[in-house]
Amino acid sequence: MSSAVVVPPRSEHPVEPRVNYLNATYGVKSWLLTRDHKRIALLYLASITFFFFLGGLFALLIRLELLTPAGDLVQSQTYNKLFTMHGVIMVFFFLIPSIPAVLGNFLIPMMIGAKDLAFPRLNLLSWYIYMVGATFTLWAVVHGGVDTGWTFYTPYSTASSNTHVIATAVGIFITGFSSILTGLNFIVTIHTMRAPGLTWFRLPLFVWSHYATSLIFVLATPVIAVTLLMVAVERLFHLGIFDPRLGGDPILFQHLFWFYSHPAVYIMVLPAMGVVSELVTTFSRKNIFGYKFVAFASIGIAVLGFLVWGHHMFVSGQSVYAGMIFSLLSFLVAIPSAVKVFNWTATMYKGSISYRTPMLYAFGFIGLFTIGGLTGLFLATLGVDVHVHDTYFIVAHFHYIMVGGAIMGYLGGIHYWWPKISGKLYPEGWARFASLVIFLGFNLTFFPQFILGYLGMPRRYHAYPPEFQVLNVMSTAGASILGVGYLMPMIYLVWSMRYGKAAPPNPWGSTGLEWDTPSPPPTENFAVTPVVTGEPYHYSPGEIEIVG
Amino acid sequence: MEQQRDASSLGMWVFLVTEILFFGGLFLAYTVYRSEYARAFAEASRHLDITLGTFNTAVLIVSSLTMALAVFSAATGRRRALLVFLIATMVLGGVFLGVKAVEYGHKFHDHLVPGPHFRFPGPYARQAEIFYSLYFAMTGLHAAHMIIGIGILTVLVLQARKGRYGPAYYTPVEVSGLYWHFVDIVWIFLFPLLYLIGRHIH
Repeated sequence: MSSAVVVPPRSEHPVEPRVNYLNATYGVKSWLLTRDHKRIALLYLASITFFFFLGGLFALLIRLELLTPAGDLVQSQTYNKLFTMHGVIMVFFFLIPSIPAVLGNFLIPMMIGAKDLAFPRLNLLSWYIYMVGATFTLWAVVHGGVDTGWTFYTPYSTASSNTHVIATAVGIFITGFSSILTGLNFIVTIHTMRAPGLTWFRLPLFVWSHYATSLIFVLATPVIAVTLLMVAVERLFHLGIFDPRLGGDPILFQHLFWFYSHPAVYIMVLPAMGVVSELVTTFSRKNIFGYKFVAFASIGIAVLGFLVWGHHMFVSGQSVYAGMIFSLLSFLVAIPSAVKVFNWTATMYKGSISYRTPMLYAFGFIGLFTIGGLTGLFLATLGVDVHVHDTYFIVAHFHYIMVGGAIMGYLGGIHYWWPKISGKLYPEGWARFASLVIFLGFNLTFFPQFILGYLGMPRRYHAYPPEFQVLNVMSTAGASILGVGYLMPMIYLVWSMRYGKAAPPNPWGSTGLEWDTPSPPPTENFAVTPVVTGEPYHYSPGEIEIVG
Repeated sequence: MEQQRDASSLGMWVFLVTEILFFGGLFLAYTVYRSEYARAFAEASRHLDITLGTFNTAVLIVSSLTMALAVFSAATGRRRALLVFLIATMVLGGVFLGVKAVEYGHKFHDHLVPGPHFRFPGPYARQAEIFYSLYFAMTGLHAAHMIIGIGILTVLVLQARKGRYGPAYYTPVEVSGLYWHFVDIVWIFLFPLLYLIGRHIH
């Protein structure tokens, strides 16, 4: 973004000791009571990384159990707890906060030329609320876990399960308010704090996708909150809200649950799409193809995402006509999603592409998201869904979206903005190698699951017929490779904080406002409020040498 | 300053949208069961105390008036009136909660609290229990919002006594007013849905 009018010239001496947000103040208190959006982003980064590896540990145990057809490593009851806690932790405590709370928090104020979010104290409060919710859920995990599946289907969750349903539900309920407050903060910030000259159509697409995500945070999260409240109350006082034996309706629960949880998928994938838009333009040295289409596709996905929840209930006793409508609406979501994929591809066409690590993750995202999205169309088809529902086909499909899509975007974004966040360059060779390991490990883990599902292996069982073993062994081998792949960035990024080369303000020659400040930025982000005079992504091929 | 006021006001509106969806889940459950068990809901509704309900509705509407007057007083610099109206709003909110507590007591006494001690004459006992589950969930959640509202008003009163608010700065009063009106409006929907649906059946 051209903002050179007021911003002082970029420093050519990034190694000089300089006051920035990391060294401005010291001590635990200066972190735990900070109102700086950048420090809060790092608090989130540490917390969600912990939950990512905890959830990954449960995944590892699941895959180990499935190495052999017999249920020999854990009992079925334990297995139920493992996949439940894997789902609960990964969805609510890693994926949903991942890109918005870390990268969104760090970057949105800088991308719009502001000093901070609109409500800095509320932002800190969001993190504390997240931690309180996380504590409840961790308590449940330590005290024996929960076995309902991450979906908490009634009446099992309210009348039968004798595990820690209430503590887990309360944890998710509380954490939901952290999402709501983050979304509220983003919406108000984007509306009221844009720098002079930064009109809506000059905003980076990362900001657009976070605006769409925030709409979902604000509109969908309260519904899961009140739903889990009803589950907890029904379980506690033996009321008949969802329990059919007491006159309640279990399908009502599923409607309410999926009214949140389907849009939640877009909470996970929209921010990743925002990241990919930034990566593809930067590393192709080209303006985005069809800016407004990509921007409105985000809003379109957010809106349509609210109208498709019934496709989770095709076989739950919903009427055939409702199923047909939901099937049609689910197909419609493919349109804005495909617009994005086509526009990224068109952006790369005839660009000067450089194969840096973030771009490798962007490639990974586009490919894997496309597979995940297209298999989603299989599932939106009523007839096919009857055949593959509750099989590993579903498991593979949503992992292609959530892991292949969301985590690829997250890791791409972490690498791309790492020089800005830490002030250090990560080791490029190791990073490329890790991205390759992750890509191969991911496909080896989840592609066999498509086949397993199509052949009829049901999900959520700890034992399976012997003819499925070969594919399961492949999947478990892939998961081990994937696990190693995820450990590598963890190690070399931490290493680079101490030993990495100092990063220049703009190592990739990007045009975003966030690159117009030093790396790492000062606490107030910009010495002088920037003035924006042009469109975003004004790249020309081969113009700037990428350093680092 | 202007930017801050815009931000706070927009922030509260966005929060209220969240609140609408939060209550929305319960209203959806109510709608589903009322259409499924219309007769039972009407029967159950007749056991609610319409006199106390109407009284409470009037109390809340007056409290909305005093809240609006408090915002007006702050905007026009009438500090004494601001304090009076804020306290009046608090007192009315307290009256509402007191009456609600009395009503809850009656329900407890009449075995209308869902659970093992629930008793309801006639063929609709089970469905009436769902009605009362929703009654307690919805009015309970509403009461929780009232308690939070009174807490906010307490802070406003303490700040107003120090003379913090005047025509130049009264954003907290204005934003809290939005919240208070929202909580009132929720009751305006709850009252007919819970208290009045059984009245036309004899």
